[in-house]
Amino acid sequence: MTASSLRIALVGNPNCGKTALFNLLTGSRQKVANYAGVTVERKEGRLLTPSGRSFQLLDLPGAYSFDAASPDEAITRDICSGAYPGEAAPDLIVCVVDATNLRLHLRFVLEVLRMGRPVVLALNMMDAARRRGIDIDVAELQRRLGVPVIETVAIHRGGAKALVEHIETMDPSEAMPGSIVDDERDLHQQVRDLIAAAVRMPPMASRIDDAIDRWVLHPVFGLAILGVLMFFIFQAVFSWAEPLMNGIDAGVSALGAWVGGLLPAHSALHSLVQDGIFGGLGTVLVFLPQILILFLFILALEESGYLPRAAFLLDRLMFKAGLTGRAFIPLLSSFACAIPGIMATRSISDPRDRLTTILVAPLMTCSARLPVYTLLIAAFIPKHSVWGVFNLQGLVLFALYFAGILSALVVAYVMKHLRRDKSEHALLMELPAYRVPHVRDVAFGLWQRVKIFLRRVGGIILTLTVLLWFLSSFPAPPPGATGPAIDYSLAGRLGHALHHVFAPIGFNWQICIALIPGLAAREVAVSALGTVYAMSGTDDAVASHLGVLIAHQWSLATALSLLAWYVFAPQCMSTLAVIRRETNSWRNVAVAAGYLFGLAYLASLITYQIARLFA
Amino acid sequence: MSVQLSDLPKGAQAVVHTVEDAHPDDLIARRLRDLGFVVGETVRVVARAPLGGDPLLVQVGYTRFALRRNEAARVLVRQEATA
Repeated sequence: MTASSLRIALVGNPNCGKTALFNLLTGSRQKVANYAGVTVERKEGRLLTPSGRSFQLLDLPGAYSFDAASPDEAITRDICSGAYPGEAAPDLIVCVVDATNLRLHLRFVLEVLRMGRPVVLALNMMDAARRRGIDIDVAELQRRLGVPVIETVAIHRGGAKALVEHIETMDPSEAMPGSIVDDERDLHQQVRDLIAAAVRMPPMASRIDDAIDRWVLHPVFGLAILGVLMFFIFQAVFSWAEPLMNGIDAGVSALGAWVGGLLPAHSALHSLVQDGIFGGLGTVLVFLPQILILFLFILALEESGYLPRAAFLLDRLMFKAGLTGRAFIPLLSSFACAIPGIMATRSISDPRDRLTTILVAPLMTCSARLPVYTLLIAAFIPKHSVWGVFNLQGLVLFALYFAGILSALVVAYVMKHLRRDKSEHALLMELPAYRVPHVRDVAFGLWQRVKIFLRRVGGIILTLTVLLWFLSSFPAPPPGATGPAIDYSLAGRLGHALHHVFAPIGFNWQICIALIPGLAAREVAVSALGTVYAMSGTDDAVASHLGVLIAHQWSLATALSLLAWYVFAPQCMSTLAVIRRETNSWRNVAVAAGYLFGLAYLASLITYQIARLFA
Repeated sequence: MSVQLSDLPKGAQAVVHTVEDAHPDDLIARRLRDLGFVVGETVRVVARAPLGGDPLLVQVGYTRFALRRNEAARVLVRQEATA
């Protein structure tokens, strides 16, 4: 922050195209962080003008009113007024309005003007307004508001040229709102007067949106469209990501082997680099393709205006369970991976609804559970056909998925009744006009999500993976030892100690040991079991041998108990790391881990004891 | 005769009479007024969600809001003479 550069804040209603304007003005010169203590995004950027001047630009969270109803709105209000600790009041406020939605947006402009600070009004989406036959007398609007009014089209390359030229040459003191600040009449009445004087609107003719909404929000077709769309996204996430994930996996282990080759073989350093650091890096990076593809769709759906429509269709169902319609997309994403799912909860503006969604997201059956499920199902569940059409193995897999969904609904429902704050939280959600998603804005959004994942989450995951490597490798087995090396390590001892705790749910000591490195990620438990049973080879080879071996050594009750364990247990450090990152609280991590492990133990105990009765 | 916005069928148009507080210091009612549900404004029920018609989609001015039934019940409207 240089003292010489002017600080400009962008404010406006949600859906006014403010962020697109921010992207256009700053290009790639932006920084995304959080405001201290809350998970509200702080987006800052630098505007470089053609003449070489530099301005500091702040993209404040969208707000309907300064009578704040969410943490986002409170921050916008406090920064504009200069009351936010640690942030100087902006030298200039650029108030962005959607020119096609002046009735709503001008009211907020008047609230901003009443603060008595320098303001420039950006009449955004002027192209859409003209197309729709909305005629705005800019000079009259400017005269009445007493501040400069400038037309912008944030989705066109040159769409902010006039705004930049104006900012460059102006003196903020020229932009002080005039007598309008003293007008104490009702804001809505003032807006009506302004519109009557400066805007000519066509009769509220139905638009393309009406036609689209007739199908998209239709009680039957709307749900069908949603179903098809989600099916398509899932297909894409799994089929497109698969080759990329394999490529990353192979690439990272090849790189690890190459770097490891430079170090003395069988040394601790060699193992740390190859198994600890590169192994950890692999578990982080391997999620990246799924996150990218999922967010590509989520951002495109968000930009297009479809996302709130999906929330509208499903709100009733979700609300009954103590959630909100907006939780649908994050929870659905969690079937691929809870990490992007939890990151997607940012679209839920209500903090209470958001936290509930984050806490139940790990119950959705993510793709990392599949290696464990397939190993156990293939080894223990016979391939019987049931009623001629179903396969027993498939039915068990379906039951596991279903158990996840059902438990999420039950947990959300219980949380709704346990929490102290039982007040009514509103849906009150604007369904914006449909728009064609803009490549630049989707690309920026995607890039920011990737950066957050790699930098913030990656750091925590990598640290913990190295810690787990240390636990699993030290102390080294004594000379002449015959058992697998992990058996002698701290993790091995811990596993043996844990056996007492896990005996009532039917886990043998081998499972207990495998669960410790398996804390890193669910699928790691498969290779860890391979290590404990002293097998080597590729994961697939280990899995197929392991299947035969455990089918002989474990009882059916133990296998079922382990399946039940994996429905609930948060055996995924990345998920816990992202909960920490997104809620900014270790307490929430402890609550999530505590209740999930508790449920896992309980479910396994019940499963094991019942299965033994029938065995 | 004013009725609750939540009772209007899909496609119905009406004029806002008032927004009532469901309890003292009702933030939701205040927000509804901020969003443009003020006396004299025309509103239209554009759609109702599947399974019981809750929430409902209401157009006010050029903006559409999804309101749950309890939220919409705070808005009292007068229906225009039906054609």
